[in-house]
Amino acid sequence: MDNLRGKVAIVGAADTQVGKLPQFSPTGLCIDAARRAMADANITKGQIDGLITCNSMAEPYMYHAEAMAEYMQIFPRYCMSVGAGGSTTFSILHHAAAAIVSGMCTTVLITMADSLRSGLTRDQAMKMQSSAGHSQFEIPFGPTVPAFYALIARAHMHKYGTTAEQFAAIAVACRKHACLNPTAEMRTPITIDDVMNSRMIADPLHLLDCSLVSDGGSAIIMTSADRAADFPHDPVYILGVGEGHGHEHISQAQSLTTSFAVESGRRAYAMAGLRPSDMDFAQLYDCFTPTVLVELEDLGFCQKGEGGAFVENGNIELGGMLPVNTHGGLLSHCHPGNPGSMFALTETVTQLRGTAGARQVKDAKVAIVHGQGGIMSSHTTVILARERH
Amino acid sequence: MTGQMDKFLPRPTPETGPFWQGCRDHKLLLQYCTACGTHQFYPRVICANCMSEHLEWREASGRGTVETYTIVTRAVSDAYAADVPYVIALITLEEGPRMMSNVVGCDVESVKCGVAVEVIFEQWSAEITMPKFRPVAGKPAS
Repeated sequence: MDNLRGKVAIVGAADTQVGKLPQFSPTGLCIDAARRAMADANITKGQIDGLITCNSMAEPYMYHAEAMAEYMQIFPRYCMSVGAGGSTTFSILHHAAAAIVSGMCTTVLITMADSLRSGLTRDQAMKMQSSAGHSQFEIPFGPTVPAFYALIARAHMHKYGTTAEQFAAIAVACRKHACLNPTAEMRTPITIDDVMNSRMIADPLHLLDCSLVSDGGSAIIMTSADRAADFPHDPVYILGVGEGHGHEHISQAQSLTTSFAVESGRRAYAMAGLRPSDMDFAQLYDCFTPTVLVELEDLGFCQKGEGGAFVENGNIELGGMLPVNTHGGLLSHCHPGNPGSMFALTETVTQLRGTAGARQVKDAKVAIVHGQGGIMSSHTTVILARERH
Repeated sequence: MTGQMDKFLPRPTPETGPFWQGCRDHKLLLQYCTACGTHQFYPRVICANCMSEHLEWREASGRGTVETYTIVTRAVSDAYAADVPYVIALITLEEGPRMMSNVVGCDVESVKCGVAVEVIFEQWSAEITMPKFRPVAGKPAS
């Protein structure tokens, strides 16, 4: 399973402003992200022959990628939009890599944005809430999105003795990193007590266990590794990628405490020929704090059930054993919905280029990034590196 | 029934209709596959275990165990605000399948993982009656 290993690279990466941006439409942000990524890669729009996007909730199009191509007046030979929730970003990257290797296109623009903070009508917000969950067998009972994740948190606590303070340690680590990131939304340090004393949303999840709701966009440019030297920045190579899809609805999950990140991780490690101990840092999907804990276990950084102990004592902070979410994550950097993981990807590129400034991971060479969508439903793991081999 | 109509009402489909008819009759119906001998929930046109179409409806015991739960303190919409705090639980039925529901008729703080529960029915509209669960009296968490 080594057919994509070292064959494609990210040669451009950029984010828009993030936060509360009522002056921009989601389409405007999506195009702004694309423009910035093209500038970062020093290419013109005529060189883009592949385009992948994901739909915006605030400004949806029937055929989103086609609409974005039309907006920019580019005419790709490979064009699609993908929807896999928080796993979308890395699922797209997987598709883009395969498209490049198979010759469907040579230079792919991946761009995504949404305006969940400023752009949703009341009806759209309601529709978003009621579309997370089974329309007949979950939603009528009144679960919120935090409630779905609280079910996972509670199951983990019951089975393994994990504590709410251990979940809180994840929020504290992400905030610590955000404080070192000038573009992060939340830049005031927090403590475990602050998390525990914040308002209860869905027991055991407090307000500070929940990610932000933001506007923003982000984009990357990918091409074949053979062409990667032609661009101004050091390329970042894809060494491994894998997906795992377990369910859509949490009530149908095979396990509430072990996710299909086990499968996506196993596939990505196998392709890369690497192990968890080879990773210098990790960007793990953190829509709510428990997801990070489960992902650390499922991606092999500790044994099942030991995630709680693993996240304590600064282990996942910069300077610790495995820095996690070095930009601040969805919890403290920004979270504009499906595009949220893009910022973990552009942050990884920044770290592997060695240009992350105050939050730079020392000697960062190899990283793992993981996205999950739905309610721990779809999983994609990617292993990225400075060196091609 | 007051206020329930503004909640997210299920819209039965051809394959789920018998389940909702069962709820109207205060019976919790599950599909049973006569080819492989397993129960399933939610209702499907095939058995998700063996892909057989030989499914029949059987009444479940209505008893189960809380596998996990949360107490929601911020309602999903205005229609649910009067219920706050309310319990969302995943309940493992005696027959095997897991379903989401509310645990009602008790202090929300008394709900724990492993608590034994039994189904009750709550009418929301002429068409929709919801299956909910309450703790079985005198049966502590296992």
